[in-house]
Amino acid sequence: MKACEYRQIGPQGTAPSPPVSAQNRVKRLRKWNVFPGKNRFYCDGRIMVAGQIGVLPLTLGLIIVTSCLFFIFDCPFLVEHVTRCIPAVGGVLFTFVLVSLLHTSFSDPGILPRASAAEAAYTEKQIGNSGSSSYRPPPRTREVLINRQLVKLKYCFTCKMFRPPRTSHCSLCDNCVEHFDHHCPWVGNCVGRRNYRFFYAFIVSLAFLTVFVFGCVATHLALRKFRSNRSLNKHSFTALELVVCFFSVWSILGLSGFHTYLVASNLTTNEDIKGSWSGNSGVQNTENPYSYNNILMNCCAVLCSPMPPSLIDRRGFLPTDEFPAAAHPEPELPVGSSLSRERLPEALEQCCGHQVVSRPPSSPQSTTSLTSLTSLRSECIYQALPTTPPTQWTMNTVFVLEASLQEALVLPADAFREESSVVVQNVTRTQQVGSQLRAAPGHWLRPRGPGPHRQPAPGGRAELLPVEGRRAELPADFLPNGASRGRLTSSHTGKNVELKFKVNLFWILLDLVLLLDNWRWPGREPTPVARQLPGRPLRHYT
Amino acid sequence: MATEFHNLQELRHSASLATKVFIQRDYTEGTVCKFQAKFPAELDSRIERSLFEDTVKTLNNYYAEAEKIGGQSYLEGCLACATAYMIFLCMETRYEKVLKKISKYIQEQNEKIYAPRGLLITDPIERGMRVIEISVFEDRGSSGSSSGSSSTSSSSGR
Repeated sequence: MKACEYRQIGPQGTAPSPPVSAQNRVKRLRKWNVFPGKNRFYCDGRIMVAGQIGVLPLTLGLIIVTSCLFFIFDCPFLVEHVTRCIPAVGGVLFTFVLVSLLHTSFSDPGILPRASAAEAAYTEKQIGNSGSSSYRPPPRTREVLINRQLVKLKYCFTCKMFRPPRTSHCSLCDNCVEHFDHHCPWVGNCVGRRNYRFFYAFIVSLAFLTVFVFGCVATHLALRKFRSNRSLNKHSFTALELVVCFFSVWSILGLSGFHTYLVASNLTTNEDIKGSWSGNSGVQNTENPYSYNNILMNCCAVLCSPMPPSLIDRRGFLPTDEFPAAAHPEPELPVGSSLSRERLPEALEQCCGHQVVSRPPSSPQSTTSLTSLTSLRSECIYQALPTTPPTQWTMNTVFVLEASLQEALVLPADAFREESSVVVQNVTRTQQVGSQLRAAPGHWLRPRGPGPHRQPAPGGRAELLPVEGRRAELPADFLPNGASRGRLTSSHTGKNVELKFKVNLFWILLDLVLLLDNWRWPGREPTPVARQLPGRPLRHYT
Repeated sequence: MATEFHNLQELRHSASLATKVFIQRDYTEGTVCKFQAKFPAELDSRIERSLFEDTVKTLNNYYAEAEKIGGQSYLEGCLACATAYMIFLCMETRYEKVLKKISKYIQEQNEKIYAPRGLLITDPIERGMRVIEISVFEDRGSSGSSSGSSSTSSSSGR
């Protein structure tokens, strides 16, 4: 799905305008339009990034600015006094670094598409879950013997499938990623099966570039001092490059070394940190079942294996026979227009990216039933409805729709009781359309009518209005009786390794520049600049 | 009871989906793409065991060929590294070539073997290479509109 950003807006409190018929869109949707993860897509799906861009702009900025300063201030001197190859080598390394970085950040890391509704139902049936419980059941695992090692395949509740070996669910991107290494904030994307080679090329070439620039800059400063013996206070940019490179080179060399070790042993960062194969988990005689026990073979397997295709097929078109154009969530429709019940699942699917397990029959008159998905994501939660007619909605039985509620629901007769409501959560549309009613997250809506027991005629339509003073505290409000909040901890989402680097580089650099400025160069009085800065904010180094 | 269909179009228009069978992945050899050749019980009355197993084995062989780490993959990897991986934007990788072959093979199998028996295989790439989805159809006879809304195999845009 496109990035869902919303602001809390209050309900307008006015009656919605008369129903507007859905606009028929001519434009066909591509699969990236309805992608359920948190990724963002640009250039009509050609470029994809993680939901949180992290510090990618900082990474790009540091690399580009330092390299430009190098080419502008150092290369002329070095070409004249050392050799002409320096800018050429620097240029090649710089290009390689940038291209690898962009490849890593903008490509699909190996995301596994979520299971289709039919597949999820088949898996549920195999596990033997009756489907009536709506809260998250105990974690399900399957065991498989790989190369004489017992590997546990965990069930992903979000993606509705048993994760293949070495796959992990990234909570930041909300996707299962094959050969999940880690989610890198510097690169702004997950590192997985498809982009690990780009990531490795990026850090190795960046290590070379950093060492190269550091060496050249140090040579430049030393030569100047040696030849002219004058003060170097005119070369503050060069000093800045020296500082940036000095601090980067240790971390990047360290990271390259670490990943070289991982490549040579055919491990992922995730496995290494969790200690899956080093016996830390308490199981005896564990060794990596994926390793070829040969460094060269491992390197070839990781870096030179055939490039797998992207499984999410983001630029493919959605099949048109399943998604009628009238149920398109894109148009800005006010609440109160109508959507028949049988088109609700498609609209929900398009809105939320979740797939309803069983579709209602096409007859508009019949009472329909929908079985639920037990996803406890904050964006989209469904609850089980009894499958035999007529469906009775109770307080705990609600639909939570992710997109703005554009259309009312056709509900079967006898479906309403006093507490029947629908809650809108995570509204994705923030634009106001005239004075139309916009439902905000956490608001309860109720069918419009003369009284709480209004029951629409079979096949009739209901309009929805906000319930005054009623807000939902999600997701606890959607738990059925007996389910406990305790189950809703993040530990159920599976363990991921998120390497978080919270180094406030800007302040480090500023301190260093000020330090250099304060340093007593020969023949120059230090200016106490640091003391002049009022109330600098606290810096946190973690 | 075998329902007779002469081509895939006829199948889609005059049949209704009864159920779907999913052939899961076989991870005993690691993360390479391989499907279980175990014959599912739901297809017992629909297709001969040997035909089904042949199909799955051929698919497994194709995938093994696609993922083989050998001379050609080293060459591709080194060439890609030397060109800063820009070559992936221009050239079709070996994996993609094999996937096209797989697509053709599945289409051919559907037309010759599975559609006459009221079955339809979905290309695993459309399901994230996790399962082979086999849709089981039943003949609804002359009256009836189009089939249920579950997906059926077709060469969708990739």
